[in-house]
Amino acid sequence: MTEAELREIEPTVTIDARDAYCPGPLMELIKEMRQQPVGSIIELMSGDAGSAKDVPEWLNKVHQEFLGVISESDYWRIFSRKIIEI
Amino acid sequence: MSKRVIIVGGGVGGTIIANLLAKKMRPEIRKGELIIDVISDKAEHFYQPGLLYMLFGLKQYEELVRDERGLLDPMVELHLNPAVGIDKDKNEVRLKNGVVMKYDILVIATGSKPAPEMIPGLKEGGHWFYELDACLKLRNELMNFKGGKIVLTIGMPHKCPVAPLEVTYMLDDWFRQRGIRDKVDYTYTYPIAKLHGIDSVAQFASKTFPKRGIKSEIFFNMKEVDPNKKTVTSIEGTTLKYDLLISVPPHKGANVIEDSGLGQGGFIPTDKFTLKMKDSKNIYVVGDTTNLPISKAGSTAHFESDVIVENIASELRDGLTPFRYDGKVFCFIETGLTKATYVMFNYETPPNPVAPSALIHWLKLTYNKVYWLTPMGIL
Ligand SMILES: Cc1cc2nc3c(=O)[nH]c(=O)nc-3n(C[C@H](O)[C@H](O)[C@H](O)COP(=O)(O)OP(=O)(O)OC[C@H]3O[C@@H](n4cnc5c(N)ncnc54)[C@H](O)[C@@H]3O)c2cc1C
Repeated sequence: MTEAELREIEPTVTIDARDAYCPGPLMELIKEMRQQPVGSIIELMSGDAGSAKDVPEWLNKVHQEFLGVISESDYWRIFSRKIIEI
Repeated sequence: MSKRVIIVGGGVGGTIIANLLAKKMRPEIRKGELIIDVISDKAEHFYQPGLLYMLFGLKQYEELVRDERGLLDPMVELHLNPAVGIDKDKNEVRLKNGVVMKYDILVIATGSKPAPEMIPGLKEGGHWFYELDACLKLRNELMNFKGGKIVLTIGMPHKCPVAPLEVTYMLDDWFRQRGIRDKVDYTYTYPIAKLHGIDSVAQFASKTFPKRGIKSEIFFNMKEVDPNKKTVTSIEGTTLKYDLLISVPPHKGANVIEDSGLGQGGFIPTDKFTLKMKDSKNIYVVGDTTNLPISKAGSTAHFESDVIVENIASELRDGLTPFRYDGKVFCFIETGLTKATYVMFNYETPPNPVAPSALIHWLKLTYNKVYWLTPMGIL
């Protein structure tokens, strides 16, 4: 998705994990991805540069859809969609 | 008319808040202007971190338990009956025995607990040490373990995020002490791309695991366990064979939270600074029960409690709630049976463990003994 399209998205749930040193942003996303119903769009806000790489890698492994990432001044907004039950 | 503060849950957070508030608001309680109630589903207060030691026979049950009534300030009322409903619009808590209690301010401190039933086969095929009975069962398995494949798996969310690492290091030392380490094939799995959620701790694990012969598997989130074939499979598609499966099951909050529609999975949406339930003016949430993306730990509950007490007292006296939680967490990390390190962090400052030492290990053992001063509001 383009950045303009991502900015239009209304997520089902937004996880603000910008200050989450432990257990960390991807751990929060995993928890939410398991809890939300199929079809949900999840926005993960992370202050960790590593998330922009780790999150798509994990989504790919578990066959969920990575919609894209917006880089804000000091954090990242990573969008995904749950497409199959896990 | 007197005001009523009700605290649901007599664990770490609930007991600290009740005691500190009772001390602070002594004049108001004496004049009959304030009543503080604790609602607890059990008479005992159990020190959960002690389970890590009990697993190795290093702590006994009687060292880890106290009567909740004895820990509470005499001016706090204790109701030994589970809360089964919370009506945030009517400001009411309903107990199992049918009693309905009205509050002016509510504190929800019902904690979290392992929910192995969330992973098919885990209850039948796996072991865990996060609860008393399960810990004793696993201890029994360990005492009779002669060698084979051990796999450690971790579900999300869970409390005490360093415990899986601690138990790994302690087991490694323990098997060495017993002279059977060479017969144990140990695999530590972790849900994300590194060995721990905290970068610096993950790096520490990456450095120490190879030296200690601990195998690891990243991106491993339990999907199902097959107790017959003795395998555990991840949603990422990896299957591992085990002789002994040690897990930290995914956790849930208390049933009363979900039953009352206050939060999915029993975790309540909470403001990270005020610790009030989102969209509520008179409900505070403490400890494991919040949905905040920070460690579910006793120390978290402790530091949050200090802020909640100040705000409740200030609100009752002046109508103001100026205090803010800064995200402070402190966790000891045992790196074996003789050394430990620690991490301390908040919303702004990342954690950075110091070099493990015997001194920090002894500090942890000392804290295990003096823990009771924490719920009493002294330490
Ligand atoms: C093995 C292990 C090791 C740990 N090690 C550490 C450590 O080293 N450091 C650290 O900081 N933390 C550690 N923890 C985590 C720590 O114990 C918890 O995070 C902490 O107890 C949370 O406090 P709390 O007040 O939120 O909940 P709890 O202390 O769990 O208290 C919740 C209370 O509410 C009660 N309750 C639940 N439902 C109801 C109801 N419906 N009605 C009435 N009462 C109810 C429960 O019975 C319980 O007494 C460890 C935990 C485990 C299991």
